[in-house]
Amino acid sequence: MTCRPTDFHPALRVVHWLMAAMVLAMLFIGVGMVSTTGPLYLVLLALHRPVGIAILMLVLIRLPLRLATGAPTLPADLPMLQQRIAKGTHVLLYAAMLGLPLIGWAMLSAGGYPVALTKGIALPPILPHDLALYALLREAHTVVALLFFALILVHFVAALMHGLIRRDGVLRSMTVGHAKPAVGPPTPTEKYSTTPAADDD
Amino acid sequence: MPSDKRFIIAPIALISAIVLLLVVGFAWAAGWIGGRRINGGDVIAALDYNGGKHPGYRRAHAKGLCLRGTFDANGAGAALSSAQALARGRYPVIGRFSIAGGNPLATDGRNVFHSMALILKTPDGQQWRMAMDHTPIFPVADVASFIALQRATRPAPGTGKPDPAVMKLFLAAHPEVKAFQDYMAKAVLPDSFANATYYSINAFRFTGRDGTSLVRWQFVPEAPLAGLDKKALDRLPRDWLFREMEARTAKRPSRWHLRLVVANPGDVTDKATVAWTGTHRTIDAGTLTVAAVEPEEAGACRDLNFDPTILPAGIGLSDDPLLPARSKTYSSSFTRRAGEGPGPSAIGKDLHGETVR
Ligand code: HEM
Ligand code: HEM
Repeated sequence: MTCRPTDFHPALRVVHWLMAAMVLAMLFIGVGMVSTTGPLYLVLLALHRPVGIAILMLVLIRLPLRLATGAPTLPADLPMLQQRIAKGTHVLLYAAMLGLPLIGWAMLSAGGYPVALTKGIALPPILPHDLALYALLREAHTVVALLFFALILVHFVAALMHGLIRRDGVLRSMTVGHAKPAVGPPTPTEKYSTTPAADDD
Repeated sequence: MPSDKRFIIAPIALISAIVLLLVVGFAWAAGWIGGRRINGGDVIAALDYNGGKHPGYRRAHAKGLCLRGTFDANGAGAALSSAQALARGRYPVIGRFSIAGGNPLATDGRNVFHSMALILKTPDGQQWRMAMDHTPIFPVADVASFIALQRATRPAPGTGKPDPAVMKLFLAAHPEVKAFQDYMAKAVLPDSFANATYYSINAFRFTGRDGTSLVRWQFVPEAPLAGLDKKALDRLPRDWLFREMEARTAKRPSRWHLRLVVANPGDVTDKATVAWTGTHRTIDAGTLTVAAVEPEEAGACRDLNFDPTILPAGIGLSDDPLLPARSKTYSSSFTRRAGEGPGPSAIGKDLHGETVR
């Protein structure tokens, strides 16, 4: 029997919440900056590029960590379809975290722009200068960002349903974690069924 | 799992409230709801209203010619800015000559901006992008006034001139435009791209050996200034200025000196409508040599955005609100024309016609 953890690895939990805050902030910064010709445009844009690249770096650490440490199994009473949807949205969330900053970097490359992170530090281009490609990627950056926001809302609702309504320990597995059992690893039945109903309160 | 309805209603209400808050907050951040903001699209709409829609071209300064050359920095500018472009050395330059307006096939015989845009690249991987006009000041100081200007100065069908009644209302509401009008009425309209002085107009914040200062710069030509006959402008051949520059550059390069002008205490540095008068600390920072010009189809300038806020370390933004407005608008224009696909340039089209003939 492979021993699956009851919680996400503590490092994964930290990165999860750090990235959640960063990604949500970036979505607001992104739509906010393009909505104005005022001074905020340049202030936010100067923040947008380095934070976006930091998200890319973080997901490059997070993804291998997730693959190496695994995830707790979902409660056995969760319908198969919901389990599939959960897995699917998680894959899409990783794809967006990886894809969106890459699209940002690629579109600036294709537009012939310097990919400036700070005054003085710029990344090399990852695509040749090509205006048609720029147009395509610029459009994709918007579309993927809006889908990303929708996906985050779905993910957020699901997490709170687990935490507040089902109270099945799923939310806790990404927050404070479960108290360690006194002896030995938990058996599969112990894993969720023994947690008290008020687990996520 | 609690099955009692009372246990479910409260959490559902809480979850819905948070989601609603996020969605409304997002819509507000994006400017979809709440107070009206001026975005890039609004400025593009005003430019299209003024100059007609020309898909695939720059929404302003649509008629242009690519240039190539070098900038020889003499090192004197290092006192004001640590940018490598001002440290002694020779750096490659690409750029674009243009005349104002959204029509890529406009005639050169108009009393409008003659312009030069440049990208100066240095070995440290940094870039200094500039877009400059042949006037030291700009008609308006902020983006709302820029939109009003575009709307008021739209050539009326028939006369080809702005509607005097609309113009009168605009000028009454925007007295700051008078300084520019007076300048344009008196100033010589250069008869060549090579003998015009090109001004940054906006101030920028320079940081270097001498600390921080606000600077406006200009490229001063070596070629002596001579003017077009303003009364005979409508008789000028359509591409006269561009042809002249091609013919001239085929024979010899043209040169300009980069003059950095440091603001005096009390100078207005956040309004492009206000000239700096009196004596100023001025540094000749080096020489720009334009060695070649090419039609946009052949050159490197067409598919670039000469966004004047793309600056090297050592040069930063001032508080002039035109700078972010220009950056966002240039970006919107760039994205649109990229999606529309480029069209032939006036000069490239004629060249093609000649080779076919
Ligand atoms: C997770 C990371 C990112 C998120 C969530 C994000 C989100 C967004 C959003 C929502 C917009 C507005 C789109 C629109 O409504 O048109 C935007 C625009 C933009 N983003 Fe990102 N972005 C990310 C990463 C990046 C990166 C890494 C770069 C570049 C290095 C970048 C560069 C840009 C640029 C240049 C714009 C458009 C500015 C303009 O057109 O004026 N983004 N981004
Ligand atoms: C200080 C005042 C200004 C100067 C010196 C200036 C100069 C120039 C120059 C030289 C170009 C041609 C760049 C090229 O060849 O690609 C240009 C393009 C353009 N300008 Fe300005 N401009 C000024 C203000 C503005 C303002 C206030 C707006 C609107 C908010 C504006 C909108 C545009 C647009 C849309 C383009 C086309 C950009 C592109 O598609 O690449 N300009 N400007």
